[in-house]
Amino acid sequence: MSARQNHTHPWEAAEAAPRENTGARVDHLLMLDLVPAGARVLDIGCGDGALLALLRDRRGVDGRGIELSREGVNACLARGLPVIQGDADTDLENYPDGAFDVVLMSQTIQATRQPREVLEHLLRIGRHVIISFPNFGHWRVRTELALRGRMPVTDLMPDAWYETANIHHCTIRDFVGLCRILGAKIETAAALDSRGRAMRFALPWWVWNMFGAQGVFLLSKEGREG
Amino acid sequence: MDTRLDTAPRQDDPERTAPRAVEPSQSLDPKSPVARFGPDRPLLTDAGVRLAPFQIAYQTAGTLNADRSNAVLICHALTGDQHFAHTHPLTGKSGWWETLVGPGKPVDTDRYFVVCSNVVGSCMGTTGPASIDPATDRPYGLDFPMVTIRDMVRAQAMLLDHLGIDSLFLCIGGSMGGMQVLQWAALYPERVFAAMPIATGARHSAQNIAFHEVGRQAIMADPAWADGRYLEEGTRPAKGLGVARMGAHITYLSEPALHRKFGRRFQGGSAPTFSFNADFQIESYLRHQGLSFVERFDANAYLYLTRAMDYFDLAEDHGGALANAFRGTKTRFCVISFTSDWLFPTADSRVIVHALNAAAAPVAFVEVETDKGHDAFLLDEPAMFAAARGFIDAAARARGL
Repeated sequence: MSARQNHTHPWEAAEAAPRENTGARVDHLLMLDLVPAGARVLDIGCGDGALLALLRDRRGVDGRGIELSREGVNACLARGLPVIQGDADTDLENYPDGAFDVVLMSQTIQATRQPREVLEHLLRIGRHVIISFPNFGHWRVRTELALRGRMPVTDLMPDAWYETANIHHCTIRDFVGLCRILGAKIETAAALDSRGRAMRFALPWWVWNMFGAQGVFLLSKEGREG
Repeated sequence: MDTRLDTAPRQDDPERTAPRAVEPSQSLDPKSPVARFGPDRPLLTDAGVRLAPFQIAYQTAGTLNADRSNAVLICHALTGDQHFAHTHPLTGKSGWWETLVGPGKPVDTDRYFVVCSNVVGSCMGTTGPASIDPATDRPYGLDFPMVTIRDMVRAQAMLLDHLGIDSLFLCIGGSMGGMQVLQWAALYPERVFAAMPIATGARHSAQNIAFHEVGRQAIMADPAWADGRYLEEGTRPAKGLGVARMGAHITYLSEPALHRKFGRRFQGGSAPTFSFNADFQIESYLRHQGLSFVERFDANAYLYLTRAMDYFDLAEDHGGALANAFRGTKTRFCVISFTSDWLFPTADSRVIVHALNAAAAPVAFVEVETDKGHDAFLLDEPAMFAAARGFIDAAARARGL
């Protein structure tokens, strides 16, 4: 993983392989690029297993998953993926320290009850953590709130306030703050714009926080060898 | 009078048309193939006994492929038998797992060679307490050695050796069958490619032991049990065994299922008879369950098999840590539980899943939403079938089948 850290633009590769050609989601392709071949990977909130299957087929990873919905678990079973029906809020404590090379959590942390405890577990279980979440600081969100006075509904946050599973929204800057509190080292980070494309340059946080529709972070525990 | 267990079943009862049992011991004529093991091939049991000679009655479906790589072992539950996809010789009923196993089913007999053997200690053709003890020429009764889940699995391994099957594509079973699946994976990891323990636990809980003890005491309290010598005495502890079955049957269901099927409805009208007749439909149903059970099952076998389940504690066998039982395993697992199962609740399955995770074993887990209780694994549960089909098909691809 450490070699990959110095990769000049880990996001550019993903950008060069657009959705039309591969059928894969751009954020999945970004994550794919961060996972070393043959790694042991745990995907928490793995949905129908699309990312895990991609990682298995392209990277040869030994992938495991946790998914809340039975429909999702069944879809994973049909793909031959070892996925357990479970809950990030309650089941992570049963995994041993350092059990996985990489722990993935895609668009899920904002739906957990205890995001801080969950992130602590991710950093404990995985030597590296790759996490993505919708950015509540995006300009469209801010505009909805500031000008229309309404809770925002976007592609990444498609449900109305009364039926959304997202109970702990945060901005990219908020998330960076939590990483500091937990002593998580941000190895790389990226913001994706509302069309799912990586924002090209290493812009300052405030720009990403304004224009990134979602944040993608590669973390490790501070002081631990990578 | 209609107050005792030996009442004739209801007129519309399908059991009435079924053939009657001639003898609880099916050892002599199990109506299925039998593998016999002579004095040179004893079963060495956990209790330190060399059981020999002994025999295993089994059934198969499908065809073993040239590579001998498509074998599936089905492990049956407490009162199950080898007739998983075959008409039962005593009851005339269809195979007990035809919901899951058969042509085009998740366990597809067009693709796999499926084997199911009667467990050692049972009474459907495999050696058990109703079999004749060669040392005395009379039924073993309580002279039969205590057997464990591990002994059952050892005997099954001997059967597979006999059939020329080195490695199982899949080992699958529910309840006590699930215990055997776990034991298989722990004892012979290199012989199990994929394992599906369903509605089971890595140990029997105190509550479950308690229920079993009530059943055993009911059998032993029946004077006809005759200290286990009823076959020689010409009696049968039908009432005790019937009561044991009635109690156990409640644990296989759930309150919502009982409510849905029977509620508080009266059996023959809308008013109570102010007697101890089977006024309520649920009473009549339980009595029927008890009656039909004693026609097909041996009371001593029930004692031995319940005891085997009680003794099962896979973690204890491995230094107290269940993960040790699966350390280094290459077997892929799919664990299934049911929301309304209070005999082996989902928490029991989660213990297994966590241990498999800790052992870095590939494990899938599904909790099926149903109100049918523990027995759901035997019933038409589309969500279970979907999970099983997905897991088994993917395992078959990985196995090159």
